[in-house]
Amino acid sequence: MLSRVADSLYWMSRYLERVDHVTRLIDVHLTIVPEQSTEAAHRRRSRLVTSLVGEKYPVDAITSDFELAALLTFDEDNPNSIARCIASARENARPVREQINSQMWEQINQMYLYIQNSSMADIWVGEPHQFYHRINQDVYRFQGITDSRVSRDQGWHFIQLGKYIERAAETADALNVDFRDLYRASLAVDAVDQNTYLEWVGLLRGCAAYEAYSKVYTANVQPNSIVEFLILNPEFPYSVRFAINAIQKSLDAIGVATETPKSARVYRLAGRLRATLDYAQVEEIMESGLGSSLLEIQNRCAEIHDIIYQTYIAYTYSDRVAK
Amino acid sequence: MDSDSDFFIPASSSPSGMSAPFASYHLDDAYDELLEPNGTPRPQYEFLYHRLLELTPQELSQRQRSADLSFLHQGITFTVYSDSRGTERIFPYDLLPRIITAQEWDTIERGLIQRIMALNLFLHDIYHGAQILKDKVVPHELVRSSKHFRKQMLGINVPHDVYVAVTGTDLIRMPNGRFAVLEDNLRVPSGASYMLANRQVMKRVFPNLFNHYGVRPLEFYGQALLTSMRELAPKDRAGASDLTIVLLSPGVFNSAYFEHTFLARQMGVQLVEGRDLMVHDNIVYMRTTAGLQRVDVIYRRIDDDFIDPSVFRQDSMLGAAGIFNAYLHGNVTLANALGTGVADDKAVYAYVPAIVRYYLNEDPILDNIETYLCSDDDQREYVLANLDKLVVKAVGESGGYGMLVGPHSTAEQRADFARLVKAQPRNYIAQPTIQLSRAPCFLDNQVEPRHVDLRPYILYGSQIRILPGGLTRVALRRGSLVVNSSQGGGSKDTWVLGQ
Repeated sequence: MLSRVADSLYWMSRYLERVDHVTRLIDVHLTIVPEQSTEAAHRRRSRLVTSLVGEKYPVDAITSDFELAALLTFDEDNPNSIARCIASARENARPVREQINSQMWEQINQMYLYIQNSSMADIWVGEPHQFYHRINQDVYRFQGITDSRVSRDQGWHFIQLGKYIERAAETADALNVDFRDLYRASLAVDAVDQNTYLEWVGLLRGCAAYEAYSKVYTANVQPNSIVEFLILNPEFPYSVRFAINAIQKSLDAIGVATETPKSARVYRLAGRLRATLDYAQVEEIMESGLGSSLLEIQNRCAEIHDIIYQTYIAYTYSDRVAK
Repeated sequence: MDSDSDFFIPASSSPSGMSAPFASYHLDDAYDELLEPNGTPRPQYEFLYHRLLELTPQELSQRQRSADLSFLHQGITFTVYSDSRGTERIFPYDLLPRIITAQEWDTIERGLIQRIMALNLFLHDIYHGAQILKDKVVPHELVRSSKHFRKQMLGINVPHDVYVAVTGTDLIRMPNGRFAVLEDNLRVPSGASYMLANRQVMKRVFPNLFNHYGVRPLEFYGQALLTSMRELAPKDRAGASDLTIVLLSPGVFNSAYFEHTFLARQMGVQLVEGRDLMVHDNIVYMRTTAGLQRVDVIYRRIDDDFIDPSVFRQDSMLGAAGIFNAYLHGNVTLANALGTGVADDKAVYAYVPAIVRYYLNEDPILDNIETYLCSDDDQREYVLANLDKLVVKAVGESGGYGMLVGPHSTAEQRADFARLVKAQPRNYIAQPTIQLSRAPCFLDNQVEPRHVDLRPYILYGSQIRILPGGLTRVALRRGSLVVNSSQGGGSKDTWVLGQ
């Protein structure tokens, strides 16, 4: 597979995963704020902006949910806005149109046309949920088409890498931002209070995890259980550990398919992170500090990304001639 | 049967008295593909004609909308350069098929095979000894002064001596009903993907009509293209199990990018860009996740000038340095070969009938359009005196650029062209304004005639293969004779009948 194509598939997939994440967070946010105090709502908006736009964004400029939604949905200057991410996914899909199947392309193209023809005013007048729900469904449709129709070749594995590296980083980030703001508040009490409960459920729903969590822990929402579920659960597809497992499997498959000697390096790196998660205990994570553990995970993901690039995408002639 | 059948009128009624949807269908001097001069439908159109009388305009519009939507969703678009946002537009598609009988097609096919063989022999000759120039059949000066003559190709042998692996010849139908060649397009002709996409949509929109007619299929184009490329592989790589063919595209910002991806998928080959390629020891490689992989045949969709910055344009980012040397060493095939443009120079065009006679000793089957060379003093005088009647073209351009259509021009435009012609006479030719034939199109809920041409695709590997049909381009503006997509043209499906 052409290195440039692998690169495009990887980013196409990452951007769509980001669309899924941002969309879900706004959607969840809009269902939670009506029950919140002005102050809690403001803090919530700040967290979303920090997490989805960046630490440097002047949070105080955002004073309403309309402004927040506009920033996260359509803002041309925000590279993580849903519209920009869909456009970026499409830009990456276009040069590999002959590699992905036509249904995948049409799905991305339709999402693009849909958001190009939507406006914040229209969404707000109607029911915003319907809009975000549709975008979410569209991403799932794309991923469904990918899973049902694409051969499990390198291309598919690069798509998986993009999806799961993005997902691991996002779940870690969502946890990090929410815990920084909420954790101390609930530390003292045994059971979380009603307002904080709302936020913890919001975190789970933002990670598409609430229903799955309840099956494991019942509706007893506890910070430690949330951390355990979102970081260490091996079966839930949005948990960090699940994502790292998927990344390692795909790296393995790509290494075999390309017979690249250097693949061992990137495989080992992912393997180390996986082993850490396999043997980790939630109590230890909380004791040593959740923030630093999450930062460690995010740094490792960035390292894996870099080494994938050095090994498969951006190498030079001195490296080798293919067999 | 729907209510519109009440309006059914006998086919013998005069054009002026025709019912909806033909109310604005009028005949003029041009050859009409649908109607005989007396207003009755030609035999091959009769069934379609009656079907159109049965359908309501609403039904037709609905099918048009469904076709348009299908193009949009599939992203079958081209990029409009003049728009800063790089807007993609769908290539306008006309709902009604253009029908060509088996007999008409037989003439076209024989004529094209003859012409392509002769032009290919011509290319080989002028890059090897140039006997035709020594025999003064074509003026030496004309060939050597062509913008597309590549002196680097002198004495270079190409696999099977095939220079033009893919041709898209532009044919027009004259008022007398005969087909004539307007342009040869021997460099990087485009449009085959639209031909195939039009067919896919047509079969969905008018399945019964299509089935009734017994139209000859086009679907094998991708495979035929691949086979031709395979046949043109470098000699020592012929038949190799790891023979690698790629399609080289300028990239996603090129107006024909959709076509490049479409054809790469149809052929099942990699679409590469210049930055994917790398040359080492005169071997071309592409950079893959598994390391460097040798490339044997490049179906290149970029112009000669951009192929290799170390030999041609140094500012080109589209090709790769070293490709020309690899080509010189016979380690890679470029299709089409470099330097083919000299044979589709619009001034050389005037000599094609002579070229056919010279190499094949046969009379040309397809007509040429009468052409005045501005490099000739007498002919230039005539051209300058008749600018309002003639079409003037720059010899090295294509796509409808650098062209003056005399009867539709302003005095100012004519003065501009007069200046250009006098300054660089070798650069211009002129032809009489030809009334291209007209075919029925569905526009604004009416069936109206519009001028059309026809671009069949000819593949040349170890043998010549021609697709039955081609791209019928339509000048959608009423009265316009310009069919290029960059100038308001559209296209329609072309049916060649089995018998």
